[in-house]
Amino acid sequence: MAIPVSYSFRNLWTRRLTTILTASGMALVVFVFASVMMLAEGLRKTLVETGSYDNVIVIRKGSQSEMQSGVDRASASIVETAPEIAIGADGRPFLAKELVVIINLLKRGSDKPSNITIRGIGEYSLALRPQVKLVDGRMPKSGASEIIAGESVAKRFRGAGIGETIRFAMRDWTVVGIFDAGRTGYSSEIWGDVDQLMQAFRRPAYSSVLFKLRDSSEFQKVKDWIEHDPRLTLEAKRETRYYADQSEMMAKFLRILGITLTIIFSLGAVIGAMITMYAAVATRTAEIGTLRALGFQRRNILAAFLIESMLLGLSGGLMGLFFASFMQLITISTVNWQTFSELAFSFTLTRGIIVNSLLFSLIMGFVGGVLPAVRASRMNIVDALRTS
Amino acid sequence: MFILKILFKNAFRHKLRTSLTVLGITIAVLAFGLLRTVVGAWYAGVEASSATRLVTRNAVSLVFFLPISYKEKIRQVPGVTEVGYSDWFGGVYKDEKNFFPNFATDAKTAIDLFPEFIIPPDQKTAFLRDRKGAVVGRKTAERFGWKLGDIVTLKGSIFPGNWEFIIRGIYRGAQKGTDETQFFFHWSYLNESLRKTAPYRADKVGWFLIGVKSPDVAPDVAVAIDKMFKNSLAETITETEKAFQLSFISMTEAIVVVIRLVSFIVIVIIMAVMANTMAMTVRERTGEYAIMKTLGFGAWHISGLIFGESLVIAAIGCASGIALTFPAAKAFGDSLSQFFPVFIVARSTIYMDMAAGLIVATVAAVFPIWRAITLRIADGLRRIG
Repeated sequence: MAIPVSYSFRNLWTRRLTTILTASGMALVVFVFASVMMLAEGLRKTLVETGSYDNVIVIRKGSQSEMQSGVDRASASIVETAPEIAIGADGRPFLAKELVVIINLLKRGSDKPSNITIRGIGEYSLALRPQVKLVDGRMPKSGASEIIAGESVAKRFRGAGIGETIRFAMRDWTVVGIFDAGRTGYSSEIWGDVDQLMQAFRRPAYSSVLFKLRDSSEFQKVKDWIEHDPRLTLEAKRETRYYADQSEMMAKFLRILGITLTIIFSLGAVIGAMITMYAAVATRTAEIGTLRALGFQRRNILAAFLIESMLLGLSGGLMGLFFASFMQLITISTVNWQTFSELAFSFTLTRGIIVNSLLFSLIMGFVGGVLPAVRASRMNIVDALRTS
Repeated sequence: MFILKILFKNAFRHKLRTSLTVLGITIAVLAFGLLRTVVGAWYAGVEASSATRLVTRNAVSLVFFLPISYKEKIRQVPGVTEVGYSDWFGGVYKDEKNFFPNFATDAKTAIDLFPEFIIPPDQKTAFLRDRKGAVVGRKTAERFGWKLGDIVTLKGSIFPGNWEFIIRGIYRGAQKGTDETQFFFHWSYLNESLRKTAPYRADKVGWFLIGVKSPDVAPDVAVAIDKMFKNSLAETITETEKAFQLSFISMTEAIVVVIRLVSFIVIVIIMAVMANTMAMTVRERTGEYAIMKTLGFGAWHISGLIFGESLVIAAIGCASGIALTFPAAKAFGDSLSQFFPVFIVARSTIYMDMAAGLIVATVAAVFPIWRAITLRIADGLRRIG
């Protein structure tokens, strides 16, 4: 017969101070573990949602981002003739020639400068990105010094709210609209008419050409054509792939940081659990002897102590997750080293992360409890009963 | 001496528990030291920057260039001793993973402006004579096994094409904190081929590096330069090298804040573990304290004993943690040298380690001490186990 679980639970309850201290140590570890995973998930989500699978982005060969790329007008026109490009509502190719540059803007309140991406857009730019919606005001008129700002830019940067003006490239630009891009990278951008921006920045070339495929399966065909046409020195990538490549370094950094921290921290917490469980076994030697004398098997004792330790881990895990769930309210904004532009993403809690965190806390409890539990189960009945 | 002996005997009465606690503290101090060093590495560029160097860049942002013709104009500003210029080249060696910073630079002034890069004189002349020559830092040269005279091809990400260089010099840092991973070559090499392939991009530089007479005139010089180019096609921002580096870091500030925060969390975790150990110890010795009180030992004696024991455990853990920080930092720094060119444990980190140990010991002892002093003798004696 097994020892009831309530025995393990009550044991934890009797020594509340010790239990709380150990569990809170584990809670902190789970908190860090969950937070880092949530951050990585948030970054991934932002990037996945930024690109569409059927969109193809064309940039200069060897350049890793739109910012470093340059596509001159002649090349852009050649790309435009590809038959694989879908046809828009007015019968023209569903394609946008865009310009991407970054400028320094000052944050509201703190006056700290940060890099913001400015995107020169064509007629189809908005339609090519179904995730982006204009929520306030109107689109910029072509030929006017007008811009629209992403919600997160409008909120955080000076002069980026609707009706305000920003000065760059020797002109004053009026913000005529605000767009909502959900959790995508576009929400940290400012958009304006591509021809106006090229004039203002004195750039003779576009940065990229973005188009939608007529048929998703024709990607390889159009890619081969663009990359092998002797007139072009361009490369084509699926938009999803392009954005994943862009943040590879950041994702790798988060992963390394997360793994290192979790390993080091969990070592500390496992040691804490081990100390607690050894003490639990030591103070209950006589009790264990009694249980054995009553007929409980060695494996029952082992199980009882393991359950106790895992309960300890679980309560730590629940506590940690509770606090980690509040992290969802926080948005992190930092500069992506690969593109030098601002990237905002938030902590995202998924069911997978919850399961993993709880599993992780159970494992910590198990590892911390296994040696003490083995010691308890190996006790000799007579010796154990003799200690008082 | 006698007191110390008692403290040690007490601390190691439960060998297993104490060693586990010491191990925990060691790990925590080690983690704390490493995280602090990561933060320090973030600021390494700022630490290494000189107060007599100014950086002038395009006011719009770093991706915009400045015309080379500004050089002579800047040179006329009173207080300026030397003007150099550079361009972020962004070349990739074989694969993007093999990142190291590479610049196209005005070779002559660059060597004068950066006295902390030590290049042997014969290599210096060889570099100046060879238009395709390049100088590379010791760490990067070791990483790829480059020797003098080797031909290295970089794939341009900003300037398309494959670019061939011949390693003519390998520099060493004058100080411990000098970045030894950079790669620089003649700007004229880049410019000449740009004139042929992309004329509109030629004769432009990323930023000017300006040497000034003394740090005192630096602010005036900066204002004078920016005023000169006000309302031109390329307005400028001039700031000290330190401010320039800081502006890079402030962009990634969120990450630094997170690392700082996490480094304190690890101390809190270990505080919980240590407090637990001390709470257990005192609970077990309740009877002893009651007897000591009966014998006439006061609250001060008992709290001294408990606090001393806590201090002993924390000190051992802290010392071994600090001792391990150095080899760990070395291993860590070697494997991440592409992210952090400079990775050294600062002295202040060691002091902070010690402070953390002291705080952990104090906090862990407070509650048990309070319990032990408020204990009533009769209760203590009656208690079993």
